[in-house]
Amino acid sequence: MLLLIRDLGGIAILFIMPILLLIVITLVQDSTFKTISDIKIPVLLVDNDKGEVSKSIIENLSESNSFEILQKTSEDEAKEAVFSGEYQLAIIIPENLSASLQKKVDQNVEGILSKFGLEEDSLAVAKEVIPPKEVRLYFDPATQMSFKSSVKNGIDKMISKIETQSIYKAFQTELGEEDAEPIFETENFIAFKEILQTKNNEEIIPNSAQHNVPAWTLFAIFFIIVPLSINLVKEKNQGTFVRLRTQPVNYATVLGGKTIVYLGVCLIQFTLMLLVGIYLFPAMGLPGIDVSGKLLMLYIVALFSGLAAIGLGLLLGTIAKTQEQAAPFGSTLVVILAALGGVWVPVFVMPKLMQLISKISPMNWGLEAFYDVFLRNVGFAKILPEISLLLLFFLVTIIISIIYNRRKNAV
Amino acid sequence: MIEINQLSKKYKGAEEFSVKDLDLKVEDGEIYGLLGPNGAGKTTLISMLTSLLKPTSGSFTINGLNFKEHKNQLKQLIGIVPQEYALYPTLTAFENLQYFGSMYGIKGETLKKSINEHLEIMGLSKFADKKTATFSGGMKRRVNLIAGILHQPKVLFLDEPTVGVDVQSKNVIIDRLKILNKQGTTIVYTSHHLNEAEFFCTHVAIIDNGEIIVKGIPSELIKNQPGANNLEDVFLAQTGKALRDYA
Repeated sequence: MLLLIRDLGGIAILFIMPILLLIVITLVQDSTFKTISDIKIPVLLVDNDKGEVSKSIIENLSESNSFEILQKTSEDEAKEAVFSGEYQLAIIIPENLSASLQKKVDQNVEGILSKFGLEEDSLAVAKEVIPPKEVRLYFDPATQMSFKSSVKNGIDKMISKIETQSIYKAFQTELGEEDAEPIFETENFIAFKEILQTKNNEEIIPNSAQHNVPAWTLFAIFFIIVPLSINLVKEKNQGTFVRLRTQPVNYATVLGGKTIVYLGVCLIQFTLMLLVGIYLFPAMGLPGIDVSGKLLMLYIVALFSGLAAIGLGLLLGTIAKTQEQAAPFGSTLVVILAALGGVWVPVFVMPKLMQLISKISPMNWGLEAFYDVFLRNVGFAKILPEISLLLLFFLVTIIISIIYNRRKNAV
Repeated sequence: MIEINQLSKKYKGAEEFSVKDLDLKVEDGEIYGLLGPNGAGKTTLISMLTSLLKPTSGSFTINGLNFKEHKNQLKQLIGIVPQEYALYPTLTAFENLQYFGSMYGIKGETLKKSINEHLEIMGLSKFADKKTATFSGGMKRRVNLIAGILHQPKVLFLDEPTVGVDVQSKNVIIDRLKILNKQGTTIVYTSHHLNEAEFFCTHVAIIDNGEIIVKGIPSELIKNQPGANNLEDVFLAQTGKALRDYA
């Protein structure tokens, strides 16, 4: 304990850096959780059509509130600006898109109506071949796949809607009802509605803080591996461990003492991160976290997550011979465990093999337990399997540490 | 009493034994010096006797107890002053001693009183609350010694306790060890300071290549070595003048 207190710089880093990390990540991710974003992505658009369809595309994009449309006249100019990384996306609307679409739709509608005998002389006229049109998209090569997919899906949906509306309109025209009341309702018949969890008849809407606080708190808790393993290696190198080995105290007691002290550090870290989530985030304009009624459960998860992290740190410190081994290995291991655990990428989008591996990551057990409490509002029984795994992990790592130490220093 | 029988140690991957079939008996109340050139096997021997190293073969007992069966009893019985300072640099002298003393089950006022007495005797009272990182080599050696004797061990092992210290610190350390010995502590120590060993030790053993070449009372060893005027002459006659560099 005294060793930790004496290293005020180290203590500060141990507490301040995770808080800083949490704040930065939440600020960065906050917009992805908002339904209406304040941030508009500038998009280049070359309108070679200048017709109804292109007008409709521009209107739809502008109304989405996600894009700021910047019109360009040349495709090459837009392409260069995007490929150089100046812009994320360029949309090129081809020439005569509106006219071609109209022709195609009219042709199809006439064809259908003639089948029903509603169209005269339709078979006598040779069917004109209308080549398909393509709306070209240029993406900055550095653009992430997820962004590309969502933009492609959005544009695809928008074009489908325009096509459908054109078909409805063509039918209306062919049936000679253009000025009359519309026959077709062009609004979507099937709609999606997300049903959210409720608490006291109020919907619980997940926000960036509720996702980030558990994930990054867990990340910070596991980073205890680094100072803890370094502490053990230091003891070996400065000779104090040699003295301890000659004293009537067993290795389990030494590890027990360190577990208690570092568990205290983990819980203080956790408390500070909660306080940031509850009080600092709202003051910064970020969504706050609601811990009412779940504080005890949260501390239980933090305690067992801390134990798992400490077990790993003690094992690493027992095996490592130098600080150069312990520090880089420890920090890289935490990053790997975080990646496997679903801190960055949700486990369900991982490849099957990685999903399986993720199931044996203690950070995944901790994260799931935190999500269970924070977001799924479950009871103690639901988190019991996860915290049991964390405890088991701690016990296994401690037992391996003791056996390793005993074998290495057996007399 | 320490009884060592055919004790050997060969490190993993080493071609030679560091300690080979060593027999030695140290009686209660003796100050036994283990002398030898670099790499002779002195530290390896002390490490085995203090449970830090596992012997390859052979056995030993301390006061009739062996480490395999009476580990904790023996650890309570012995004290060790390692060659390294073995102190926490960010803790004060008092905090270091409090921590190491508590490992022997000494607690509260008894421990505080004992620490203060030892610090006083070693001339370190006014530095009790200073971090050991700021201490000179001699001061660290003295704290290192106190950490090994706080629990009043029956047998004290010291691995070069006066290496790299000034004459004043060395005198304080040697004087303290003499008092401890008078109070009944058996002392086993290694040193390169042959002059110091000649006057401090009741018995010495000169070790080379893991084996005892000669052992006995220093004055008798000098008398029995033709042309020797002191222990250094005996040492050089027995171990030769060739350099003993090793890595």
